[in-house]
Formats: sequence, C-alpha cells, structure tokens
Amino acid sequence: MTMIFGVPLAVFMGQLLLGLINGAFYALLSLGLAVIFGLLKIVNFAHGAMYMLGAFATLLGMRYLGINYWAALLLAPLFVGLLGMLIERVLLRRIGHLDHLYGLLLTFGLALIFEGTLVNFFGVSGARYPTPEALQGGYQTGFMFLPKYRAWVLLAALVVCFATWYIIERTRLGAYLRAGTENPALMQAFGVNVPLLVTLTYGFGVALAAFAGVLAAPLYPVSPTMGSNLLIVVFAVVVIGGMGSILGAIVTGLAMGLIEGLTKVYYPEAANTVIFLVMILVLLLRPAGLFGKEA
Amino acid sequence: MRVAGPPPETRHQGTEKKHNSNFRNHDEARLIHSARHNNKLPNRAMETKMTFIKKTLASSVALAVTAVMATAAQAEISDGEIRIGYLADMSGTYRDLAGPGGLEALRMAVEDFGGSVNGAPIQVFSADDRNSADVGANTVREWIDTRNVDMVAGLVASSVTIAVTRVLEENNSFGIVSASAASSITNEHCTPNHIHWVYDTYPLANGTAQAVVQQGGDTWFMLTADYAFGHALEGDVTRVVEENGGQIVGGVRHPFPTDDFSSYILQAQGSGAKIIGLANAGADTVNAINTASQFGVVEAGQQLAGLLVFLNDVHAMGLDATQGLLLTTGWYWDMDDEAREWAERYYERVGRMPTMVQAGIYSSTYHYLQAVEATGSDDPATVREHMMRQPIHDFFARNGRLREDGRMVHDMYLARVKSPEESTHEWDLYEILTTIPAEEAYRPLSESQCKLVQN
Repeated sequence: MTMIFGVPLAVFMGQLLLGLINGAFYALLSLGLAVIFGLLKIVNFAHGAMYMLGAFATLLGMRYLGINYWAALLLAPLFVGLLGMLIERVLLRRIGHLDHLYGLLLTFGLALIFEGTLVNFFGVSGARYPTPEALQGGYQTGFMFLPKYRAWVLLAALVVCFATWYIIERTRLGAYLRAGTENPALMQAFGVNVPLLVTLTYGFGVALAAFAGVLAAPLYPVSPTMGSNLLIVVFAVVVIGGMGSILGAIVTGLAMGLIEGLTKVYYPEAANTVIFLVMILVLLLRPAGLFGKEA
Repeated sequence: MRVAGPPPETRHQGTEKKHNSNFRNHDEARLIHSARHNNKLPNRAMETKMTFIKKTLASSVALAVTAVMATAAQAEISDGEIRIGYLADMSGTYRDLAGPGGLEALRMAVEDFGGSVNGAPIQVFSADDRNSADVGANTVREWIDTRNVDMVAGLVASSVTIAVTRVLEENNSFGIVSASAASSITNEHCTPNHIHWVYDTYPLANGTAQAVVQQGGDTWFMLTADYAFGHALEGDVTRVVEENGGQIVGGVRHPFPTDDFSSYILQAQGSGAKIIGLANAGADTVNAINTASQFGVVEAGQQLAGLLVFLNDVHAMGLDATQGLLLTTGWYWDMDDEAREWAERYYERVGRMPTMVQAGIYSSTYHYLQAVEATGSDDPATVREHMMRQPIHDFFARNGRLREDGRMVHDMYLARVKSPEESTHEWDLYEILTTIPAEEAYRPLSESQCKLVQN
C-alpha cells in the first residue's frame, strides 16, 4: 500500500476529505463574520450564539411544530435572521458611532444571555437531532466510509458560500452594499436606504450562522454551548483570511479544515492549537491577513 | 451618608434623660464613696449596696450557668447549626450529571431528615465551581473562614476535588465527594477530612473492560482525553485488558474538549481493533459515540466501550446511537423497588431521572446527618469514625462500607444500553447484566498508597 509519511494513502485521503467537511463549517461561519465586519464594522461575538440558535430552532421546530429538516434549512435561518435584524435595529444601531470595542462587548453580552437562558431550560448535555431519512447511510468509497450526510454538508456549504460571494462581489445589490459602507452619506443622497441595507446585511450574516447551525444539528449534540466552543476558532480563521475579506474567509475556512485534519493524524494532541499557530505566523508575516488589504 | 438627626424636641428630651441618669449615678457614687470613707454605712445606704451586690451576683451566676450550658451544647455541634455547602459545576460540561439536580437531591435529604439534627437546624448553600480548581478551593476557603461550613458536598471535576480536599485537610473540615472519577482521590490524595462515595475509575475499568474482554473483545483501540483523568483511566484499562489476555493495538490522545471525532473514528476503523475504548467523559464521550454511529462503526463489526457514561449522556444521545453499549454504573434508578421509589420522588421535583451521582449525593448526605445525630457532634474525625463503623445500606448503596482510606465501597453494576425496541419509555435506558460485588469492584487496600492505610 502506498504510504504518505507513514500513513496509508487511504487513511490520508479520508482525513483530507473529513478536513474539507469541517472546513466547510469554518467557511460558512467565518463568511458570516466577514460579511458583518466587512460591511458593518461590527465584531460580532454573538455569531456563535446565532449558530447555536439555528440548531436549537431546528430541534425545537421539529419537536413542537413538526417542522422537518428540509423546511428548517429555510425557516431556521429566516427566524434567526429576523432576530438579528431586531438586535441591529434596537441595540447595535445605537452604538454604531462608538468604538468597535463597544459592539464587541454588546454582542458578547448578548451571546452570554442567549446561552445562559438556554442552559437554564435545556442543560448542557445537549439533545440529538435525527439525521433526515434521505441522507442516512453512506457511500463506501475506495478509501473510506463516507456518511451521506457529511457529503451533503460539504455540498450545501460550498454552494451557499459561493452564492454569497457572488451576490456581494458580482451583483448590483452587492455593489450597493459595498458602496454603502464606503460612503453612506453619498449613497443616502442617491436615494438608497442605507440603514435598511445595514439591517438586512446583519440579518443575512447571522442567517448564515443559523444555516450552519441547521447543518450541524444532526452531526453534533444540540447544546447551548455548541456555539461558544466554535467561535474562537472561527475568529482565528477570519483573522488569518483577513478581517472583512469574503473570499478570504471561504478559502481560509476550507484550508484550515484541511490543516486541522492532517494534524489529527500526525500529532492529534495539537489539533486544537494548530489553527492558532497558523494565526500567529500570519499575523507576524502578513498582519492584514492572507487576503486582506493593507490599511 | 449621615441620616438626619431626630426632631429637636426628641433630642431635647433625650438630653434631659441623660442628665437625670448622670445625676443618679453621681448620687449613688457619692453614697458609696462616703460609706467607704467613714467605714460605717448608714442603714439605707447599706441596704442599697447589699441589693446591688446581690443583684449583680445573682445575674452573674445566672449568666455563667447559661454560658456553661450553651458551651456544653455547642462543643458538639458548632454554632448550633449544621452548615452544608454544595460545590459543583452548575453551568458547564458537567452540569447535568450533578449540578442543580444534585442540589435538589441534597435538599431532599435534608427535608427527609426533618430539617434539623438534635435541634440544630441544617443550613444548605451552594456555589458554582466553574470546573476551576482555583475557584473551587477559594470558595471552600471562604466558606470555612466566614460561614464555618461543616460539610462540603457535591465535588465534581477531579481537579477541583483534589484542590478542595487539601483546603479541607488544612482547616480540619469535612467533605463528601460524590461526582469525581479519579481513583487517586482516595489513593495518593487521600486525607482524613474527606470521603469518596459513588464510584471511581478503578471499578469503571475493572467492570467494563473485564466484561468486554471476556466476551471476546480482546483487541482495543483507545480514544483518550489528553489530561490527567483520561491518562489515569487509560492506564487502568490497559492493565485490566492485558491481565485478561487482551491487547491494546493503538490509540489516540485527543485534546480536551473535542467537538469533531470523525478523524479519530476513522483512525480507529483503520486499526482493525475489535473494541474502541473511550477513556473520556461528558461531551467528549457523547461526541465520539455519535460520530461512531454516523460512520457505521457498529455495523462494520467494531464495538464501543464507554468507560465513563452517565445516564444523562445516554439520554442525550438517544438509544439509536448508544444501543448495546456496555458500561459500569454505581446505581441505576430502575434497578429495584427501593431505587425506583426514591427516583420517582426525585423525578416529581426535578423532571428528570436522577444519575448515580445525584442519588449518591442524597445517600451520602443522609448518612452524614445520621452520624451527626448519633454522635451528637459535627467534628470531622468523630463523624467519619462513626460512618466507618456503620454498614451502609439504603436505596443507593448495597453492601456498602466506608474504608479507612475514605473510599465507600459498595456493589457496582455492569449494564447494557437497551435498544429502541426494548425500551418502553423515555428513561428506560439500561439493562443491568451483573452485579460486581463491593469487595471486588474497588482497588484493594493492599495496593493502596493512601497515608491512612498501614500496609
């Protein structure tokens, strides 16, 4: 059997694929963060909580309203997106003129409130969400058993990521958005409703997190702390990719998934640390991030 | 801030009164002075003095008697109150296995005991240790310094427990460990000031690993949480597997905590081992088992052995993912009538079935209170000695006894998780396969490194 650094080729390929799937999660989450930071200049620490709320909306929707997985894919992000818009309208707008730090503290506080409230009602063990029937089982590829659901996660995440990139970078709406953040006063003068645009953007960003939450529900136990565990890694990904860079967030997310996957084979003890090592290196060599523009 | 003084009128009255009383004092003083000076007292003055002395004497005696009586009572139960502090993870990873439910179990024990011991009321307070050894040790130090705590209950993460027991020993206080796993708590870390009630890593490895190897699972791949508890459990399992003729063919030490186990499960699949041993706990175990089920580990012919699995974990994962899992437990709510009866009462209050830890908190608190009642004392050494002399038997512990190293040994059980078809309701999760007798389950005293054991 062919060996790569002492690991059989089959195992190696399997790990790469798994890394890519995890990377898809990182990409989806860091994309939402990048959109919100790039366009609104808000360091959204509530992003992990929004991901968690997406998963909870899926779980509770099924339990109490009989909403199935496929409907939840649409409804959960919509619900969390609306909640996000409410937060933007009622809270974030009031501190828009202050330093970034205030937005960070506010969103961090919100995350703690959401988390604490749900811990109070549901505990921390988490609940299990069944894998939708159409996606149960898996494919026996040449080198590994690939569960269907994971293949679906990879596909869905990639489609959503690139659609987002396309909308922001290639369409008229995206152009308005980017212009609105560059020079809001001028855009207002042209008759574009900039505050509405900002609200919608924040709603969209957190809806992406909720979408990742729906995808995660059948994979990981749905628990109130699931978001805060992931958030720090996702922030590291955004920093590596370059704060605010859309393409940077997607590509870095996938790449970090791969690097983490390989670490799990060669030196598993460092699997949780390797992304931060990369972050330190990038900050030393390219402080604006791999895809960021030097200020 | 100063509060405004009383209205002028009142103040005036007050001053007048003060003058009067001063005057009276003067008068009396002059009388006594003149008497001493003349060395013969006028009758009236003599009488006054005698009454004064008599009164003083009488009241002093009365006071002294009360004081003596009070000391007599208080020498036994300090401050005339039994104060129990409950320290646990109330909000983090280990919340559901002990947490607020454990506090409720503790309150049940106090209520069932009648709320007081020999007339001394029982006070219960609690704190969240946030799984931090520093926070835990500081909280207990504060409880000792400012609240004069008599017994610390709960005690979850092993790291917190070891730090807390040191504080308890330094201050000669008392603790009952109900939720921690590390067997070192009554081995190299034993103190005369704490006891360990529910389970530890020794019977976990002994029970589960031995049973699995005897059923033919002789090649193992270990998934180990990369910290002290995981390493200890891995060590215990390796010993048991090899003693029974099995073999460890590989393993991964994963970071604590880990969300995504897919990579490690893939490595375990590649190893060809018959058994994948999970030397981790809480969310890590849950994640590993879930991932294994997604990757069709069991269908492909490998089996999982969860070494530390709690009822709330199985409940959270569901029977689809956990069916067939072998595990060792110190208690199961549905194991017999006595256990069921208590569990139903708990369920009515909490809305969940109790874990072995929550049941153990009730059991240990109740025994502690019985010991305080019997000895009439809350002195740690007295209470502990009494607890060691009593056989321990209740809805929780069978054939239990407290050893000199502080370990409460009792029957343990090997259980199998039911399949969804076998289960009749939400909490019908385990089937008890065998009972592991108390004296075989735990580390024998002959192997003990505890300073309290003479070997």
